[in-house]
This record gives sequence, structure tokens and C-alpha cells, in this order.
Amino acid sequence: MFLGSRDLRHAKGRFALIGGVVALITLLVVMLTGLAAGLGRESVAAVSTMPDRGVSQIAFSQPAQGQKVGFDSSRVASSAVKDAADQPGVTEATSLAIAQSRVSVDGVRSAVTVFVVEDGSFAAPSGVRPGSVVVGSGLGKDANVAAGDSITFGDKSVRVQAVSDDASYQHVPVVWMTQADAKAAGVQTAGGTSLALLKTDGSFDAAAFEKQSDLVAMTPNDSLSTISAYQAENGSLTLMRVMLMLVSALVVGAFFTIWTIQRTKDLAVLKAIGARTSYLVRDALGQAAILLLIGGGLGTLIATVGGLLARDVVPFVVSPTTTLVPLVLLMVLGLLGALVSLRRIATVDPNSALGAAR
Amino acid sequence: MKPTLELRHVSKTHTSPAGDVHALREVDLALYPGELVAVMGPSGSGKSTLLNMAGGLDAPTSGDVLVGGASIVGLPQREMAALRRTRVGFVFQDLNLVPALTAAENAALPLELDGLSTRDARKAGIAALASVGLEDLADRYPEEMSGGQQQRVAIARSLVGDRSLVLADEPTGALDSVTGEEVLMVLRDRCDAGAAVLLVTHDSRHASWADRIVNLRDGAVVDVVGDLPEGAETSEQVTS
Ligand SMILES: Nc1ncnc2c1ncn2[C@@H]1O[C@H](COP(=O)(O)OP(=O)(O)O)[C@@H](O)[C@H]1O
Ligand SMILES: [Mg+2]
Repeated sequence: MFLGSRDLRHAKGRFALIGGVVALITLLVVMLTGLAAGLGRESVAAVSTMPDRGVSQIAFSQPAQGQKVGFDSSRVASSAVKDAADQPGVTEATSLAIAQSRVSVDGVRSAVTVFVVEDGSFAAPSGVRPGSVVVGSGLGKDANVAAGDSITFGDKSVRVQAVSDDASYQHVPVVWMTQADAKAAGVQTAGGTSLALLKTDGSFDAAAFEKQSDLVAMTPNDSLSTISAYQAENGSLTLMRVMLMLVSALVVGAFFTIWTIQRTKDLAVLKAIGARTSYLVRDALGQAAILLLIGGGLGTLIATVGGLLARDVVPFVVSPTTTLVPLVLLMVLGLLGALVSLRRIATVDPNSALGAAR
Repeated sequence: MKPTLELRHVSKTHTSPAGDVHALREVDLALYPGELVAVMGPSGSGKSTLLNMAGGLDAPTSGDVLVGGASIVGLPQREMAALRRTRVGFVFQDLNLVPALTAAENAALPLELDGLSTRDARKAGIAALASVGLEDLADRYPEEMSGGQQQRVAIARSLVGDRSLVLADEPTGALDSVTGEEVLMVLRDRCDAGAAVLLVTHDSRHASWADRIVNLRDGAVVDVVGDLPEGAETSEQVTS
């Protein structure tokens, strides 16, 4: 990349400017990605992490007239859960009830969502036993709860066995507890959401299952789309990220288009003294890659540091998926943008180097 | 002595919607090592077209072009480009140099493009600069040099490595007459050191530095002033 690196050195200001723009766009994309992941975790992690424990399908009841299938409308009786367990392809089924409650920690009351499970349920995080619960880290932050502490529902105390980042649902910390504890704690499950969590094998067929059991089964991931609040927030954040990525591809493409047009005369001279088009294109692509790597890397770095600092105040996830993946995506899109502009290099006629004398 | 460059019955017709333009008609020309041949003629007489043919930037409609005794007509693009990196150097009227490269890097560019290591290319580039008296300006950018100095760098670039054929299209066209004269002296000096230079000019004072002057009118050679060098081998096709 002999020419490209010399260009970078010679036109520092111009490249710093465009590198800065790439850095800013990357900063925004990485921050939005981290934020989206953080909000997503607060919104649905209690459901989206269920596959880790073997839940492959979630079965909802048929909705009443005018309602949509999903978490809001599902009421699955315990007899229906037993029925579901007997369906072909289902190896295990367990019930889950979702209820709102209040918990007090050292006299301070906080709102929680209670995930009520059968004793020994495969779907519950480990540590959920009679008398002991797993709570979301949101509660840990708000009420300063740690593993080993006691929390109180009404006048029933349970021991916190573990605090989990993933125990969160609709931005409210989740308390996973057994049915017996829930009953003793006075948690109202009657009339609230209830559903069946299934372990299935390869022979499971959702359509046949629905016909037989009158329950609608879908994967935990697909079921997230039935949570309307999550759909709305996730959709708008995703849209913003996609737009920013496209903007960055356009900006880089436009920059290199103008850059190439400005250099038309240089390119003619280069070709006249024997530079091959493939050499010039490779050189320019290498230049674009360096620009994107430096600009994008800087933006990613700043966003990561900022995210780590802000993590206590706003929901923010810092992981390779929220930093490196957007960076690589931006680089690929930026290179595509540059590639489109570099087609012009092929059309420069070395003849025109002699044009000035004509 | 064999010619470095030979044009045999070269014709070029540009077809355009406005009609055909016969830019060159049956041009014969031979250029020998150590020779400076000037091509003169009014604007539009086909001088640039002639250089285009000689450097493989464009193909003749008919006739043959030989560089170092081998025909270059019909060579694929890649080999034409390689030819210009390794055998033929160009000097254009202006805006010759790549602005982002120093004098040494510009002079070394053909070797760099040909895949030589940057280090070795630079060494050769500085040697070429020394041959035009510019070794002290090796690390200057074009914008930090005068027009005459820039043209001398372009001459250094056209001769870098072991190349010996320079095609110069009005290299003094953008310079004042004193500076133009200096550049011409550098070209003459490179010829005396063994290079062959085909110089397009419309300034007869510059042409007076040449060993031969070929006059073009409407694409045809109308007049040649000067003799072939001693020992020049002439094929029966070569008449000038
Ligand atoms: N690409 C082209 N297409 C059509 N006509 C051309 C082209 N290049 C040159 N010509 C014509 O060929 C003739 C010779 O041009 P040129 O070689 O540039 O002359 P000179 O360099 O002597 O001024 C002119 O009439 C010019 O208009
Ligand atoms: Mg001309």
C-alpha cells in the first residue's frame, strides 16, 4: 500500500476529518448496540436465557377473542401442562406463572416480577429451592441485595441464593421461586400469566402439537416478539443502528468518490507510467481499510470505555457482540462503499495524461 | 547499432461521430541510443498521437511499433503496463508528479509499481535524481519545488532503473524559456549518457538541441532535418 499510505501522510487533515466522522458514527453505533443489548437484557433476559437450561419451546394458551397469543394473554392450567408433557416430541413440560409483587429488604419495598416454578423445575436457574430464591441484579442494585441475604414478602422470608444479571423481565427485577414459597408469600398467581415450558426432541411438530393440545408453541426467541413493549423499543434501536451503518457506508463511499475524482489526473499519470488498475484498486482499498480501522477502532474504544463507566447508571452491555461485531460490520459496509467509488479508477484513461499537451 | 524505438508505416485514425480524423498517416521513424529526436508540428498535427503509439498507450490502426526490436502492437494491457514500468519513460507537459510523493518517491515510482522493495526503489530513485542534479531535493514534495525542478524529477523518473527510452510531450510547455532551456539541457545530457529521447516540442530553439528534427503536418512526416547516427542499421522500411 505504497501510494495509499503516502496519501494518508500527505493529506493528514482531510483523512483525519473523515476518520473523525467514522469514529463518531462508530461511537454512536457501538453505544446504541450496547444500550440495546442492555435494555434487551432488562426487558427479556429472563425469557431469552431459558434455552440455556433446556427450554426449547414455550406453549401459550389460545387467546380470547381480540387478543394476541403470547405472554400477556396466556393462561395455561396445570392440567394442560401435564397434557402437554404427553404430546409427541415433548420430553418434559413444566409450568411457569408470572406475577407482580412487592418485596421488602431491610424495610425498603421494591416492585418485582415473580417467576413461579414447580419445585425442581428444569427451567429455573439453579438455586431455586423451597425457602431459597434467585433474584435479578436490578434488585441487588436498588435494594442492595447480595447472595445470602433474606428478603421478605409480606411476612414470609426467603433466602437469596444467587443474584443474576439475567433475571429481569420488562425492566423489573425477577424473583424466581417455587410454587409453595409463592403461596406462603401470598404472591397472587391466579388470573395472571401462566404458560408451559417444554423440553422437546427432534420429532416435535408445532402444528401437530397445537392441534392435539390446543396450545400454541414457539421457541423462546420467537416468543419475545409477543412482548409488545420489547418489540417497540428494540425495533426503534435496531432501526437507528441500521441507519447509522448505512450513513457510514454512504459517507465513506462519497468521500472516496470525491477523492478519486480529485485524483483523476494523478491516476492517469500513474497508469501511463505503468500502474495496473488492480494495483491502484488494491492500494486504495487498503487505504480505506486503514482509515476505517483507525476511525472505527477509536470510536469503539471510546464507546466501550464510556459504556463501562456508565454501566451502573444505564443498562449497558459490553461484550464482543456489542463492540467488535458492530465495528466489523461498519468496516465491511465502509469498504463496500469505497469499493463502489473505486470502480472509477478502472475507467481513467492513461491517454489523458498526455491530454494537457493536446 | 539497432534502434531503441521504431515506427513502421504507422497510421492512426480516430473515428468520431463528427467523422474520421487521420491523426497519423504512414509514419516511419527510428530512434537510436544516444539520440535526441525532436518532433515538431502545429497543434493537431499528430504529435501526441505519435507518442501514444510509441509508449503503447494506444494502438495504431495499421503499421508496427517496435521497442528494443520487438513489436508491441497487440500486446495485452498488462504487458503494455509492464513495458511502461520497465522500458519506456514518459514526461508530460505538466502535473507529472504525484503530489503525495516526495521527489525520491516519485522518481522511484515505476520500480515501486513493478514490485521492487521500497528500499531498493528509493536507492535507484535517488541515483536517478542525482543524474539530473537533484539529489539534494530527494525529500521535497512537488509543491515545494519549482516547475523546472519538477520536470527534472519527471525526467529522473522516466529513466529510473536501467531504462533508456524517454517519450517527452512538450516537457517545457509550462515553463518559462530559461527554465525550459535548463530542462532541455538535462535531457540532452541524458542522451549523451546513452538514453534515447523522443521530444515533442513546438519551440524551434528547443529543437536545436536535437540530433534530428521530424516535422509533422496533418499526421504525415513532411520533412526530416539531420542525419541518422553513425552505424545506424536501417531496415528498408525505415526511411527516417
Ligand atoms: N481520442 C481522440 N479522438 C478523436 N480525435 C482525436 C483523439 N485524439 C486526438 N485526436 C485528433 O487527432 C489529431 C491529432 O491530435 P494530437 O496528436 O493530439 O495532435 P498534437 O499533439 O500535435 O497537437 C487532432 O486533430 C485531434 O483532434
Ligand atoms: Mg499534443
